[in-house]
Amino acid sequence: MSTATAAPAAKPAEGLFSKKNRKLITDPLNDNNPITVQVLGICSALAITVKVQNAVVMSLSVLAVVVVGNMVISALRNLIPGRIRIIAQLVIAAGLVTLVDIVLKAYVYDVSKQVGVYVGLIITNCILMGRYEAFAMGNKVWPSALDGLGNSLGYAWILVVVAFFRELFGSGSIMGLRVIPESVYATSGGAYFNNNMMILPPMALVIVGIIIWIQRSRNTKLIEQA
Amino acid sequence: MNLVNIFVKAIFIDNMIFAYFLGMCSYLAVSKTVKTALGLGAAVIFVLGVTVPVNYLLENYVLKAGALSWMGAGFAEVDLSFLAFIMFIAVVAAIVQLVEMIVEKFAPALYGALGIFLPLIAVNCSILGGALFMQERQYSNIAEATSFALGSGVGWFLAIVAIAAIREKLRYSDIPAPLRGLGITFILTGLMGIAFMAFMGIKI
Repeated sequence: MSTATAAPAAKPAEGLFSKKNRKLITDPLNDNNPITVQVLGICSALAITVKVQNAVVMSLSVLAVVVVGNMVISALRNLIPGRIRIIAQLVIAAGLVTLVDIVLKAYVYDVSKQVGVYVGLIITNCILMGRYEAFAMGNKVWPSALDGLGNSLGYAWILVVVAFFRELFGSGSIMGLRVIPESVYATSGGAYFNNNMMILPPMALVIVGIIIWIQRSRNTKLIEQA
Repeated sequence: MNLVNIFVKAIFIDNMIFAYFLGMCSYLAVSKTVKTALGLGAAVIFVLGVTVPVNYLLENYVLKAGALSWMGAGFAEVDLSFLAFIMFIAVVAAIVQLVEMIVEKFAPALYGALGIFLPLIAVNCSILGGALFMQERQYSNIAEATSFALGSGVGWFLAIVAIAAIREKLRYSDIPAPLRGLGITFILTGLMGIAFMAFMGIKI
């Protein structure tokens, strides 16, 4: 969960990674996770977690769009008139997503086909608008980049964990590599079956629900008061 | 017949929430009471029903490869499909704004009911999702696209009203504290999704 926090801590000076800036990255990983706490970006998060590979590609796409978008909007924040800021944000997001879509089509065509419309839906991914609106509009470029990075990492680890379980139990493999050996399957004399339920959409919701349960029972300050 | 088929399929089988998880953010945030859920659901049906046909026209007469041929032979080769995302989201944002103004002017009662939800809808994934699915599935005419849009809207409406009703009742049940609120809503949505899968394969 907190592996990503070690890297910035290693270089103390510079001020670029001051305590406050480091918090921007570490907070979204747990206490302020975009998916399980802020409830942002669930729309595209669940559908593409059937395979770990898709989840990784999706996370990288979101990372690129959020970090670059945060920086651009933060740089332009004094030029964008308040009344049309949503449209300005949407246009910047749509431009970046178009670039990501073209890059994916060029380099990982298979994945791009499977991820399909969900790349386009990054535009309306609430993480994007949420971070643009809540952070980049009111902060300098560098903290905005870190905030984008932290939030997309927080998004990424949930995605990868969900995809890990769905691929492991649903297809018996991880990143396309077979983990559960062929020989235990019922088709070759064993007694094992893939749990096809895991591939279907509803199980993604249940797994996220369980992740939320585990996270909140360890981090009790996140519990909602009824 | 085909239109009815598309409509029913969009409601039950390709349900926006249970099959594609579109619009989950507002689905989770605005489903605490049935009354607000009804308002948002109605607004989604309305906006989907307006934006998808407009985007359909845009896709088929401007963006698609060769779609500009009505402007003259010189344009027959033009392919603007890389602009699809920007155009679709601009159309959605503009129409939502327009709809808000029209409703405010001519139907103040409706505005009172839908008012605060309309701006939220511009960033609801199900609206852009509707446009992108319309593009992907290549409906053969605008009636089919509209029927798909209305079906998706009704499916979304049913989902959010159902979960809101369940969450209202849930207030009286004893859920483990860490699972309260968000966690149990996720799991319930999953269970409802499994129930909706019973509709798979229905054809009229």
